[in-house]
Amino acid sequence: MVHYLDHAATTPVRRAVVEVMTRLMCDGVGNPSGAHRLARDANRILDEARDQMASALGAAPGEIVFTAGGTESDNLAVFGTLEARGGRAVCTAVEHHAILEPVESSGGQVVPVLPTGQIDLDALAEALTPDVSIVSVMLANNETGIVQPLAQVAELVRSQAPNALLHTDAVQAFSWLDVASIGRVADLVSVSAHKFGGPQGVGALVMRAGANVAPRLRGGGQERGRRSGTQNVAGIAGMAVAATETVRDRPAEILRISALRDRLADGIRESIPGVVESGVPSEWSTDEVARPGRGNQPDRRNKTANVCHVCFEGLESEALLFLLERNDVLASAAASCSSGAQEPSHVLAAMGYDRQLAFGSLRLSLGHTSTAADVDAVLNVLPEAVERLRTAELGAGMSDISAAVAVRGSVGG
Amino acid sequence: MSGGVDSSVAAAMLVADGHDVTGVTLKLWGGESDSGCCSVSDVEDARRVAQQLGIDHHVFNFGDDFDKHVIAPYVEAYDEGRTPNPCIECNRHIKFDKLLRRADALGFDLIATGHHARIVTDADGFLRVSRGADSAKDQSYVLHMLDQRQLRRLMLPVGDITKERVRELAHELGLRTATKPDSQDVCFIHSDGGRRKFLGDRIPLSPAVIVNRAGQQLGSTDAVQLVTIGQRKGLGLAGNDDRNYVVDIDRRNGVVTVGPESETFDPHTELVDVAWSGTSVDGLLHIQCSAHGSRATGRLEGSRVVWDEPHRRVASGQSVVFYVGDEVVGGATAA
Repeated sequence: MVHYLDHAATTPVRRAVVEVMTRLMCDGVGNPSGAHRLARDANRILDEARDQMASALGAAPGEIVFTAGGTESDNLAVFGTLEARGGRAVCTAVEHHAILEPVESSGGQVVPVLPTGQIDLDALAEALTPDVSIVSVMLANNETGIVQPLAQVAELVRSQAPNALLHTDAVQAFSWLDVASIGRVADLVSVSAHKFGGPQGVGALVMRAGANVAPRLRGGGQERGRRSGTQNVAGIAGMAVAATETVRDRPAEILRISALRDRLADGIRESIPGVVESGVPSEWSTDEVARPGRGNQPDRRNKTANVCHVCFEGLESEALLFLLERNDVLASAAASCSSGAQEPSHVLAAMGYDRQLAFGSLRLSLGHTSTAADVDAVLNVLPEAVERLRTAELGAGMSDISAAVAVRGSVGG
Repeated sequence: MSGGVDSSVAAAMLVADGHDVTGVTLKLWGGESDSGCCSVSDVEDARRVAQQLGIDHHVFNFGDDFDKHVIAPYVEAYDEGRTPNPCIECNRHIKFDKLLRRADALGFDLIATGHHARIVTDADGFLRVSRGADSAKDQSYVLHMLDQRQLRRLMLPVGDITKERVRELAHELGLRTATKPDSQDVCFIHSDGGRRKFLGDRIPLSPAVIVNRAGQQLGSTDAVQLVTIGQRKGLGLAGNDDRNYVVDIDRRNGVVTVGPESETFDPHTELVDVAWSGTSVDGLLHIQCSAHGSRATGRLEGSRVVWDEPHRRVASGQSVVFYVGDEVVGGATAA
């Protein structure tokens, strides 16, 4: 049985989504820009999906722009604002590359984060000069699950750079935070369907009325001219179903998943020395082990419910991932580069992590299909895998072949 | 699996022999490069070959180790007037140390590469690196320093066949790397800027005058670090003048001396770090001083090679590999 702990990368498509998309594609979907009956049907499906997305995201239907995913939404927000308004973009150092690249390539400013992973508000205040036209601060981080104080950011932006738009990348947050309410302070909000049980390659950008953003894709003028190109009707319908289910189930899922995550993270910290849990106050890192019942619960209030992100001293995560996979545990470390190699995380670097420690990162992310068995599987194999890799690193040679072979059966399989 | 034809076929041969094979591509160099491995398209080639063979494929990022054990010593060597062998350092520290340790930790019994060389066993079970079946493609030189613990864990499947046969097999299997050209230069040097740009970005390059034995100035160079003993071309002098071989490099005073080709030959070569694979050999040795160089004969006297015939001067820092017949018996570094 495969234990999938990489829901932050992509989460399985929901049953109801598969059904609605399959039905649409089997029945035939017209081009919503057309005039005949099939086209009108497609347009109605889009309108309904737009209503559902608007409700899920706390926006008016006319404020929803369908895109091909989180990266497009993020790029549209930054480049589109710069084109429409000129000025300069500002973002945090822990943004997804879909924000960092546009901001950096357009000569914008990257604001540091504190060791907690949250934005340095003093540095933001300094960066907010009148020429800033867009500020992008993600709601929840894709590697660590650390949540940014968006309300405080919004307050600063309104007072210091009142003409700037505020964008938030809510791609990772949507499943676990009430984006419809928290995201209300933002002028632009990005989401991506495959992070909450919809299909890959579909997303949306909330564009509040008055937030004039120039289109990146020009052509047939779809999406009120904000994003040309024939809409992915079946995919958008699937996304709307996924968003509706996500919002419906969210309160219960947050409780269920955070309990699983806490057991996972606590279990790792209890059974493995030399581990640092990101975004959890430092007295709970490395030396001390959190033991439920001692009255000292690790404080994970600033994390989304689904992410257990840890760094192990003295090992490299690509080797750890390999051993976990051999034991049918699928997880990830940080963002992968296009070659598939593990690169040191810019998120952890921004948080001041030592490069070596950052190389030992492991992201275990849960989602709507996660079960207690998934947590058990990790807790079952992870301690031995970590121990084995640390021994191999210390051994620095073949003198420990016998030791390595001795543990092979139990971990390496 | 570098994404080249040799490692592709090596993997295919192992699969055909019934081994449980996992393909690994090493990501070593993050900087600009177009001549070697590590580019996205090379990784893609390796991945696609692995898919064709039905084996798993992983990319390991050993970039930090590569910087430390290959790039830094490479730059330092040039800065100090030596000519390094980065491929040997990569093999020594990355492929046959770091990767071997990684393979160990992950529960693998052996590693294999696409090198054209063989591993032979003598009657006592002692392992030696031996020349590959294709003498023109032989890579035993860059593997000469492997010790028993490394050789015991290593397979070199294409060492028993010729390069031509490697390509034939790749064609027969329909591998996408079948017609891919051989990699030529140092993998981390970009062909546009070459060594000059690579080194110039990392160390100060200093000028030198070029004089002949009479002290007469013939020209100048702005980067004495890039000048090698025995070099004739690329100095801006009349390229076919047979008195324009570099015979001496005085980096401190910025003087490069050129002279007739005969002066680039030495009766003996001083060595450091002489290491025998097994017991030392007193008799006649076949000796190779560069990756694709020819073999000369000579004997070792202390830490110097006494050549049977005067030998072209060996640049300081180059590996000098000793053979008896086709088998590596030891190696050293030119002083």
